[in-house]
Amino acid sequence: MTSYSISRFNKHHYATGLALLVILLVLAALPAFAGKATLRLATEMAGYMALAVMWNLLAGYAGVMSIGQQAFVGAGGYALFMLAGFAGLPLIPAVLLAGLISALLAIPVGFILFRLNGAYFAIGSWVMAEIFLLTTAQSDMLGAGSGLSFPTAVAKSFGNSTERAALFWWIALAVATTAIMTAYLWLRSSRGLALTAMRDDEDAAAGLGVDILRNKFAVFMLAATIAGMVGAVLFLGKLRISPTAAYDINEWTASIIFIVVIGGIGRLEGAIVGTLIFFALRHYLADFGTYYLMALGAVAIVMMLKLPQGLWGAIYDQTGIELFPLRRNIVKHPGGPL
Amino acid sequence: MTELLNSIVQGILIGGLYALFAAGLSLVFGIMRIVNLAHGDLIVLGSFLGFFAISVVGAPIWLAVCLVLPAMALVGYVLQRVLLNKTIGSDVLPPLLVTFGISVILQNGLLQIFTADNRKLDFGEIEVMSLQAGPISMGWYAILIFGMAVATIYGLQFLSYRTRLGRVLRATTDDPEVAKLMGIRTDHVFGIAMAIAMVVCGIAAILFAAWTSFTPLSGPSRLLIAFEVVVIGGIGSIWGTLIGGVLLGVAQALGGYLDPAWQTLAGHVVFVIILALWPAGILGGRKS
Repeated sequence: MTSYSISRFNKHHYATGLALLVILLVLAALPAFAGKATLRLATEMAGYMALAVMWNLLAGYAGVMSIGQQAFVGAGGYALFMLAGFAGLPLIPAVLLAGLISALLAIPVGFILFRLNGAYFAIGSWVMAEIFLLTTAQSDMLGAGSGLSFPTAVAKSFGNSTERAALFWWIALAVATTAIMTAYLWLRSSRGLALTAMRDDEDAAAGLGVDILRNKFAVFMLAATIAGMVGAVLFLGKLRISPTAAYDINEWTASIIFIVVIGGIGRLEGAIVGTLIFFALRHYLADFGTYYLMALGAVAIVMMLKLPQGLWGAIYDQTGIELFPLRRNIVKHPGGPL
Repeated sequence: MTELLNSIVQGILIGGLYALFAAGLSLVFGIMRIVNLAHGDLIVLGSFLGFFAISVVGAPIWLAVCLVLPAMALVGYVLQRVLLNKTIGSDVLPPLLVTFGISVILQNGLLQIFTADNRKLDFGEIEVMSLQAGPISMGWYAILIFGMAVATIYGLQFLSYRTRLGRVLRATTDDPEVAKLMGIRTDHVFGIAMAIAMVVCGIAAILFAAWTSFTPLSGPSRLLIAFEVVVIGGIGSIWGTLIGGVLLGVAQALGGYLDPAWQTLAGHVVFVIILALWPAGILGGRKS
């Protein structure tokens, strides 16, 4: 007699899980053998990866087309400067609070924006980010248009520049790991099942009893939290924040969209692969300035038209490999009892 | 007081221009269900084409208009046939991402050709002449802009409801599949619709290029204005865009009257308030 059960795990998942753990440990040990410049680059990559994972969750699964995530990145950056730089809060609680502040800001923003659907949500979110920018630029407390510098004395209390680079890297790594693990666990939960259903067909999901708006709002707040923490750690690394840098749509949203589209939208691994490709392209081609940006735009268009599932989607279609097991497989147990 | 009145009148007049920005966006959304993120950059492209014809080549204004508008129509038709038609479907993501890519390419292409310098068209005397009506003075150029806007919107209305092409466009809007069954080549119709939208953009682009300066990176602010006007006026309502444009123009004028730095912010805030109170826009239907 043969019985069947449903499992997400394949044998290769133990191997990939172990490999991911080893990679995480190596990354945590990075300050032992990498210089300041490498650590700063790695910090930036971790931040982008966290944003990409969240944007993928937003656009790829929840169907929330936000092009205003820079609002929350900037708000998080400013929150950190105020909390750790001027209010004297310790660094880690300040980063966490920066995430919380962005999440709280996402409530009224979401309340307004979720009245718009689909594509109109996208431009609405951009308007919201512009409001954040213009309001910040008007606020004397936040340094108005010229922005804020992180107080040198506080920065020095985090150690010399090498120690600081290591500390910021660990925070960024923690934020990126949190983003990836939260996204993964979320997608594995029953909420994730709802999200996947929404990704495949929103109307059908609603028909099966999925509360679409509630799920969208929840993902929107999660993404804002992570964006706030990313903004906190990245601007901490720069020690300088200004409205145009904090709420830069090209930096915090356009690049992220590119990463997700290249890597594979609607696949958790896509954001990770996309980040690696984006940074490689930037490293080799950024000197070409406007031509480089035009090429990025062209690549995004071609990908969307010719390979909409992205690179990881294509790899998955060919091999069935998942770094983060989400697919359910039917497992056959020959001869066993039911 | 007079200064305040003048600001409001100017806001109303410039609102006509905002309505033109919005009319193109609304038309494209209405027919193809595409929200064109490159809309603002296409307007800026029109401004640069005008700048190139008038200030670089030295063509007279009428000739420049006769060259720029067909050029814009061609750009619109080709974009639609080559790229955008491939993105149409139930998924909102492909058109958004493809138009976002177009936006990036246009901005950087224009930067490469024209540099980041501020540009402005010079239409001569008309820009400074004004009409005195009691205490209020209205610039002739602002009046011209408003007149052109009303005429263009009336033209679109006429095209839509009084011509065969309009009937085809409306049929395709209502149901592309059935329109196809009736023998309408929807691919071509979509191309034509985008071409019309780009002609409207071209008119707005040239008028605006003499009103205020522009750079290759001015596109996004034009897009946001167009979008806000569409939402304020009610998605899909052509006269709604005029009301939306005037409201946004007045909001910006009042904000700018209080403090020049608040001009743009005031527009955004009014947009948010109206969105919170009337999600379907002022002339929009009661559709949730």
